[in-house]
Amino acid sequence: MSSSIETLVNREYAYGFVTEVDADTLPPGLSEAVIRLISAKKDEPEWLLEWRLKAYRRWLTMKEPHWPNVTYGPIDYQSQSYYSAPRSVTPLQSLDDVDPELLKTYEKLGIPLNEQKFLSGVAVDAIFDSVSVGTTMKEELKAHGIIFCSLGEAVREHPELVQKYLGSVVPHSDNFFAALNAAVFSDGSFVYVPKGVRCPMELSTYFRINSEGTGQFERTLIVADEGSYVSYLEGCTAPKRSTNQLHAAVVELIALKDATIKYSTVQNWYAGDKQGLGGVYNFVTKRGKCLGANSKISWTQVETGSAITWKYPSVILQGDNSTGEFYSVAVVNNHQQADTGTKMIHIGRNTKSNIVSKGISAGHGQNSYRGQVKVMPKATGARNYTQCDSMLVGNQCGAHTFPYIEVGNNSAQVEHEASTSKIGEDQIFYLKQRGLSAEQAVSMIVSGFCKEVFKELPMEFALEAQQLLGITLEGSVG
Amino acid sequence: MLEIKNLHASAGDREILRGIDLTVNAGEVHAVMGPNGSGKSTLAQVLAGHPAYEVTEGSVTYEGQDLLSLDPEIRAQQGIFLAFQYPVEIPGVSNAYFMRAAYNEIRKARGEEEIDPISFADLMDEKMKLVEMDSDMLSRSVNTGFSGGEKKRNEILQMAVLEPKLAVLDETDSGLDIDALRIVAHGVNSLKRPDNATIVVTHYQRLLNYIVPDYVHVLAGGRIVRSGGKDLALELEAKGYDWLLEEAVA
Ligand SMILES: Nc1ncnc2c1ncn2[C@@H]1O[C@H](COP(=O)(O)OP(=O)(O)OP(=O)(O)O)[C@@H](O)[C@H]1O
Ligand SMILES: [Mg+2]
Repeated sequence: MSSSIETLVNREYAYGFVTEVDADTLPPGLSEAVIRLISAKKDEPEWLLEWRLKAYRRWLTMKEPHWPNVTYGPIDYQSQSYYSAPRSVTPLQSLDDVDPELLKTYEKLGIPLNEQKFLSGVAVDAIFDSVSVGTTMKEELKAHGIIFCSLGEAVREHPELVQKYLGSVVPHSDNFFAALNAAVFSDGSFVYVPKGVRCPMELSTYFRINSEGTGQFERTLIVADEGSYVSYLEGCTAPKRSTNQLHAAVVELIALKDATIKYSTVQNWYAGDKQGLGGVYNFVTKRGKCLGANSKISWTQVETGSAITWKYPSVILQGDNSTGEFYSVAVVNNHQQADTGTKMIHIGRNTKSNIVSKGISAGHGQNSYRGQVKVMPKATGARNYTQCDSMLVGNQCGAHTFPYIEVGNNSAQVEHEASTSKIGEDQIFYLKQRGLSAEQAVSMIVSGFCKEVFKELPMEFALEAQQLLGITLEGSVG
Repeated sequence: MLEIKNLHASAGDREILRGIDLTVNAGEVHAVMGPNGSGKSTLAQVLAGHPAYEVTEGSVTYEGQDLLSLDPEIRAQQGIFLAFQYPVEIPGVSNAYFMRAAYNEIRKARGEEEIDPISFADLMDEKMKLVEMDSDMLSRSVNTGFSGGEKKRNEILQMAVLEPKLAVLDETDSGLDIDALRIVAHGVNSLKRPDNATIVVTHYQRLLNYIVPDYVHVLAGGRIVRSGGKDLALELEAKGYDWLLEEAVA
């Protein structure tokens, strides 16, 4: 149709560049020796190496899961490299010493690490391939007793906390990709918020895959002690490559009594080209545990990137009166596939969970919502509300819903509502008749559809998410 | 301002407009009447550029340019406004946000600066008074869950904000109660200027007591079968369409 649409269709993924850095990259392949080498490079204590090896041995006995509603060719785990770090990064360096090439990379990504240019009110941990490049605002956080650093640093500086909680929510044997992660995880962020402290700023991690043929296996651990509050943001991008890259991350959240953790993700890994060549395989295990009474964990995700997404941010509602929330927007275009949703496991009494999932499919995209709500026999008074809406843009895409509900206590109330709608030519025309372009129209309609989720995101992220959505859907209507 | 010549348009293989000729000058009000299914809405939609209709013959000149070659949003930006017979619901998008986005696009097209949210709120206050609309309608989603009458009023509110050169009102009076009819008509009249024009599609002479047309056209079977002054509407009210249709066939 209009030429403006054509230009936009052909607009490039803006984050697809590669940074030339001298990297210390392990040769491809996975073995006990490789794991020992990773552990040695990171100068890890014996217990951690043992944990990795245990996970590795377990992984060897496991099979890659094929129950998600996605298709892809076999992954050769021996052809990947499991560690890559820019040589210029040394442990515990100050931000002033960060390689200018790396600083430039983050600048280009819109994440200035340079102290003077900080986004106000946000502290950033920047992870480049396998290592943390630097963490901002550390001193200010320290004044509140908050620990925010790379997981590698936490292992060295706060081993007792890490040892206590690492793997306590996602055990090393949890699933195929989680076991692989436990064996080879490189770096990630660590957060500890002490008792009664309300974290005064947003904490965020920015993940960047750079090297070719390297998987990214970061691991994030967040512990909110009694009565504390923290809001955490995660963003991600990767260069354009014609080969698929594996990203198998693990995130564990622990909320103690009266604590609240809000975890927001805007996922924009490279999605592959229009024919479906290349792109990131985003196979991620994210789980939170409401360990104490009255605690709350809230997941918000906006998934716009990746060739394949497989993730189910979940909450184990163990403490009485605890609350789990999951707000999700997943959009697929071209040949992207997403199988995403959540699990809410009600164990404690009067536990509540709320699920709002918005799936948007365009092009040849396939979008599946998979959600489990499980009420254990002792979870008296448990309540769940699930709302699951799908929107189709065009007629070659697909939307699928797989709800699993298991109720073991008859005082529980579980509600599930689902809808599927098609973005209407009449809606687009109406907006165009008021002077808006096709892109603006689609992005307005889709943003409206996702409103309940966007309002859960911190302000700056909500705008970014809205724009990303617009970009992902470009060219999906003529 | 607008010159339609021998306009033919179809949806699929079905020809709906079969040779329309109509000239509208600045400052004029034209009423278009005619039986159900005669093509009134189709004419309105074709002028606005709805993709479901294909123009197979004829031309439309608007302010000296070939209107049919312009995308719908460009037509809107150049001052064409259609008040829809069936306004469309956009869930989750607030009326105020939508109207500001539209207003800014139209300002940009005119080479003007975008308006800031605060000045826009003042502008809205003023325009809401014109159509006697409650301010909570602004925070609600566009047309979503609006009653039939509220939707129509919302169309006129948009027209008041966007200040079009050529407004086409497609049965804006249908579904309005007596008071609302008066309010909407008042809104339309107070937006009238020597340099803009209005085409009012309606079934009822009643509206034309308020919005007095310079010309009345009767559309039947995709053609204008009769044009006249405002008295024609009175005649139609008294006699119905049959006599005209018979004459047209004869
Ligand atoms: N998109 C379309 N596809 C197929 N047929 C259509 C389409 N739009 C209109 N038509 C048909 O064209 C004819 C004219 O429709 P139109 O809506 O223009 O009539 P109208 O004069 O506005 O009628 P009313 O007074 O009932 O509003 C009708 O028979 C209608 O069914
Ligand atoms: Mg009509």
